[in-house]
Amino acid sequence: MVDVTLRPLDPAELVGEPRAARADTMFRFAPMSAGFLVLVILVGIAVATTIKAWPAFRSEGLGYLFTDNWHPVSGDFGALAIIYGTIVVSVIALVVAVPISLGIALFITELATRRIRGAITTVMDVLAAVPSVVFGLWAFLTLRPHLKGIFNSIADGVSSVPVLNRVFGPSLSGQSFMTAGLIVGLMITPIITSILREVFQTVPTNDKNGALALGATRWEMIRGVVIPHSTGGIVGAVMLGLGRAMGETIAVALVIGASPQIVSNLFAQGEAMPSVIARNLNESDGTYRAALIGLGVVLFFVTILINMSARGLVRVANRRSRGAA
Amino acid sequence: MAAPTSTLPPGAIGHSLSRGRRIRNRLAESGMVLALLLAAVPLGAIVVVLFVKGFSLVTAVDWWTKPIPTNVASNALSSQAAQDAFGNTGAASTQSVVYGMQPAIVGTIMITGLAALMAIPLGVAAAVYLNEYGGSGRVASVIRFFTDVMTGVPSVVMGIFIYTIWVLNFGSSGRSAFAGGLALACLMLPVVVRSTEEMLRLVPDTLRQASAALGTPKWRTTMSVVIPAALPGITSGAMLAVARAAGETAPILFTVGIVTSTNWSIFGQNTTLSQQIYQNATQPGGESIAWAAALTLIVIVVVLTVSARFVTSKFSVRVDG
Repeated sequence: MVDVTLRPLDPAELVGEPRAARADTMFRFAPMSAGFLVLVILVGIAVATTIKAWPAFRSEGLGYLFTDNWHPVSGDFGALAIIYGTIVVSVIALVVAVPISLGIALFITELATRRIRGAITTVMDVLAAVPSVVFGLWAFLTLRPHLKGIFNSIADGVSSVPVLNRVFGPSLSGQSFMTAGLIVGLMITPIITSILREVFQTVPTNDKNGALALGATRWEMIRGVVIPHSTGGIVGAVMLGLGRAMGETIAVALVIGASPQIVSNLFAQGEAMPSVIARNLNESDGTYRAALIGLGVVLFFVTILINMSARGLVRVANRRSRGAA
Repeated sequence: MAAPTSTLPPGAIGHSLSRGRRIRNRLAESGMVLALLLAAVPLGAIVVVLFVKGFSLVTAVDWWTKPIPTNVASNALSSQAAQDAFGNTGAASTQSVVYGMQPAIVGTIMITGLAALMAIPLGVAAAVYLNEYGGSGRVASVIRFFTDVMTGVPSVVMGIFIYTIWVLNFGSSGRSAFAGGLALACLMLPVVVRSTEEMLRLVPDTLRQASAALGTPKWRTTMSVVIPAALPGITSGAMLAVARAAGETAPILFTVGIVTSTNWSIFGQNTTLSQQIYQNATQPGGESIAWAAALTLIVIVVVLTVSARFVTSKFSVRVDG
């Protein structure tokens, strides 16, 4: 490589024309302000939404987050049941999506031939490109009637088993925490898969070949080399998936059932933060509107925190393995 | 690189393996294939259902040229419920309902286009700053990090943001294609920034140095050497961002309003395909409209996505060049 002897030149040194130098300064300024725009928007979201949500925060206090009493008509806005719904749906989604994503990502990086890899990547790209509302439509019109039957036969089957009969109870309409969790799980699978794939690709080929040369089966190689090497990245990918799951709006709005309640029955109807906003914000005003915007504020800060820690983890994991390779 | 692993199929060394290890290995491999099926089968099911239920409406000329019908619900309630449940969509069109979707098709293209016009130049500019000026400096790192974080902000939050700063300030006249475009632009911006930056990074430094050696100012180097070299990658990244934005519903709900006849202006209320799907999914008699709108939307999105992949594979920058 010859180019090591070259250093990037500041063109102003060569040109020496004041006009060109001025153009350069100006051109430097425009991209920089565009760069700062991202920070401005993030701060803007935080400030603008918090201001509009303030009446609800002020009138409800901490009860906004910690009481289970959401009655717009009587002016009570305790969002606990709605927050509970978001958590339950997200956890179900992760339980569905993480094993599937791990399997697909390992398949792509460790098993597939080049051609199959291309085909799977296309399938994943298309799955990621399907809009949320189309998933929701399919889940609402096609999947829900089938799921209702399946849910109810599961509920019948476990009706005399102590703990399970509380978790898997009867389903009224097929709209439920579980329906929402399943569909969100499907939706976040391509995102988690693509991050996991990147993480697995940073595992040094020498380590993997070393394990295989020692006589490990492919599975033993994965367990002994790939997984330990990628722990940080896997945790990061799961958290990014969690952030996505919490923010999923339209599909959840169609299949969760719109009844805020804290129940252990996963087949019962519930409510989640994004979907209650989507369904009601247009027709609300006063404190109700403030309370709905407030849910957006909570959602914003929680997803920002999750994303910050997840990005940090993925970045550290990737940097460390790149250094080791 | 993958050659050493692929020359060691489990079968080749299988004779010396204990049964337990062999079975465990097989189980793990089948698990991976099963995972793939679990994701691919629903996707296949969705595509099939979309075509079966939406095809007849989408292929009719009325769908692309006529306003959205307003008598669907009343018609469905007055007709036989059995026909609603079992009759195919073709039979329904013999009634007085004229199934059109032009307003939403126009609205979707207009709003997504507006968002692209706002987000792509700004996003590319920000990426130029990050890669050409900021480098690995502290400010650029902070911006890069928060751009990543911003990609994770839920779309419904972007909708609320534009709703609070735009719609609440301008009242019902604030709801417009323009407001929807603003919300989608906020969603697209971080995606465009990050994908463009990745592409700029692939442009070899030797090109920049060659240009600088000719006495070209940095801004001209950027505009006439670096960006053109990365253009295919930038284009495909932008198209993917546009495709994602075109299907968004949550930010549209609060910012665009709703209409049933085509509004060609960027001001005044409008509608999109995604919104029509959402509205009609739960409306009596709206199912066939929802399916057909979904098929239309998915065709738009998939065409954008696939051509983005094509652009990347066909014209991508040679890193080793």
